[in-house]
Amino acid sequence: MVTVAHYLVLAAVLFSVSVAGIFINRRNVIVLLMCIELMLLAVNFNFIAFSRLLGDTLGQVFVFFILTVAAAEAAIGLAILVVLFRNTRSINVDDMDTLKG
Amino acid sequence: MESIYLGIVIAPLAAAIVAGLFGSRIGRAGAHSVTIAGVAISFVLSLVVLKDVVIDGAAVFNGTVYTWAAVGDIRMEIGFLVDHLTALMITVVTFVSLAVHVYTIGYMADDPGYQRFFSYISLFTFAMLMLVMSNNFLQLFFGWEAVGVVSYLLIGFWFKRPTAIFANLKAFLVNRVGDFGFLLGIAAIVLHTGSLDYATAFAGAQLLDAESIEVLSGTQWSVLTLACICLFIGAMGKSAQVPLHVWLPDSMEGPTPISALIHAATMVTAGIFMVARMSPLFEYSEIALSVVLIVGATTAILTGLLGIVQNDIKRVVAYSTLSQLGYMTVALGASAYAAGIFHLMTHAFFKALLFLAAGSVIIGLHHEQDMRRMGGLRRHMPITYWTALIGTLALVGFPGFSGFFSKDALIEAVHASTAFGAGFAYWCVLLGVFVTALYSFRLLFLVFHGEERIDADAKAHLHESPAVVWVPLVALAIPSVLIGWYTIEPLLFGGFFTDSLVVLAEHDVLHEVGEEFEGPAAFVLHAFSASPAIYLALAGAVVAWVLYLLRPELPGRIAQRFAPVHRLLVNKYYFDWFNENVLAGATRGLGRLLWGVGDRAVIDGALVNGSARGVAILALIVRRVQSGYLYHYAFAMVIGLAALIGWLVIRS
Repeated sequence: MVTVAHYLVLAAVLFSVSVAGIFINRRNVIVLLMCIELMLLAVNFNFIAFSRLLGDTLGQVFVFFILTVAAAEAAIGLAILVVLFRNTRSINVDDMDTLKG
Repeated sequence: MESIYLGIVIAPLAAAIVAGLFGSRIGRAGAHSVTIAGVAISFVLSLVVLKDVVIDGAAVFNGTVYTWAAVGDIRMEIGFLVDHLTALMITVVTFVSLAVHVYTIGYMADDPGYQRFFSYISLFTFAMLMLVMSNNFLQLFFGWEAVGVVSYLLIGFWFKRPTAIFANLKAFLVNRVGDFGFLLGIAAIVLHTGSLDYATAFAGAQLLDAESIEVLSGTQWSVLTLACICLFIGAMGKSAQVPLHVWLPDSMEGPTPISALIHAATMVTAGIFMVARMSPLFEYSEIALSVVLIVGATTAILTGLLGIVQNDIKRVVAYSTLSQLGYMTVALGASAYAAGIFHLMTHAFFKALLFLAAGSVIIGLHHEQDMRRMGGLRRHMPITYWTALIGTLALVGFPGFSGFFSKDALIEAVHASTAFGAGFAYWCVLLGVFVTALYSFRLLFLVFHGEERIDADAKAHLHESPAVVWVPLVALAIPSVLIGWYTIEPLLFGGFFTDSLVVLAEHDVLHEVGEEFEGPAAFVLHAFSASPAIYLALAGAVVAWVLYLLRPELPGRIAQRFAPVHRLLVNKYYFDWFNENVLAGATRGLGRLLWGVGDRAVIDGALVNGSARGVAILALIVRRVQSGYLYHYAFAMVIGLAALIGWLVIRS
């Protein structure tokens, strides 16, 4: 029997993987964007799991919103990435330290 | 009567405002007409008051005209106290001031600051009248300071001369020292009587004496003594007593009319008047009286000696003023207040006369002031000569002249005094008589007698001064001769001052002198037998005659022979040197220290720039946190979030 706990563990694992991705990844900005997407998906898992458990569809409605926002965000993120690449000829995360104090 | 009192002070003030603010519109003639009219009104009203008080015997007026402010129980008021002392003073002040006003028309004829000058001297008269007529300490202080400010303006009247600016600053600063003491004295009185009124303070004099105050830890002083000494320090500043006398000779940088006004009627007499006015306080403090006596005696002799070596005609007269102020102070210290005021009055006339005569000489020689380039002026300026001669005779105390009566009575009074220091003071004033005669006749002989040492240029234009100059001279010469004869009896022995001067029975030296008094003529005869003063004056005159007419080469040789003494006198006992190098030097050093350590090191260095530098150093460390890498920020965010959530979980 798959309980809500399993879903939660899965979501936590996904979230942790994406956080680790953000920390560890030093090369590719695209991977960063992917990690962010993964984080949002992990959160979606939680919403759906609790929605089922509590019998409230509001959680599932919320997931649709998040998916929409995530899609828009990916589009904008990639657009920024293209512009960035055009300017710096690089998508290496380690090169991007212009905000350094 | 109240409106008359108001009129006396307001007339010169209004004139000063008109001449000062609308000077360019009313023109030169307008300016001198309006100010002379103002002072003339004042003088006439003063005569009315004098008649009312002295002849009609009106009651003493002590009333408030206007309440400026009331703080708690202390009321700050403008009020008048008009008694015999005030009536006499306002008459003298306005008379001399009027003579000076008229004289100024001639003296300042070519000056571009004509209207300004008239405005100032009118304002000066106003300030002095406020001081003299006051019935409370606040107004006294107002007049005191106002006189100081206007004297500052007047001494520096020719503000393009660096020496004049130096002199007026010096006068102002030295007076500040005195005023500080004066203010402390007033504060002590207000603190212990709770009122600014003379009447309250005087009534509480004995109570004040009983109270004591801790000045330095462990020493108890009578409040009255302390207050009196503080007040007298103020008088030392204004009346130029040693060691605060240094400003007075330098005040010669101002135009001559103002020298006459400062030295005769206003400003320097303020201190003498104030001590006399405070006689109900001073009488109960023997220590304060002795201080007054000794300071006055020292001033009388030391500054008189300086007059002998000066070559500037005005400076000689200035040192003579200092010396005579010393005489007045001695009289106050000996409790012979009436003699002090009497001498103040006669001195006002003959000193104004001498100054204006010196000014007349200066006009005649086109602003030459060095006596070494004068001589033989008797033939060219007869009126000036005769009036100056009268002034000199009055000053040295020629029998029958006004100065004789006041000075002789004063010396007798000091002789009779038993106060501490009276013996010293007696010798000082006696020697002072000789010195006075010496420098006075030296001036007279160098300027008016002997060979002519005048520049050829100046000699071509040399002539007697115009009527506006010599009329005041004559007007002052008449009282210089006569006033002593007619006023000695009522002023000194006739109880003229009634209750306005308080003298305790055991101090009443004038009463002792008065017992032998049998009219002015007898007083003159008596002087020949009783006192050496008259012979000392004669000796001084003879010595001056020998040195400066008979054997003019002698003074130079004497100066060479006694070079150290001569140098000491020429350098004015090194008072200026001491002030400039030790006092001013120490102050400057302290200032430099405070600037270097306090200002630059602590405030600028540590506090202002230091805090900025601290922030910079902190930022240098903290900026390392800002790596610019996204993953560092994300890491911080997650850790922070985890910590926050962890804390929330643990807490619940």
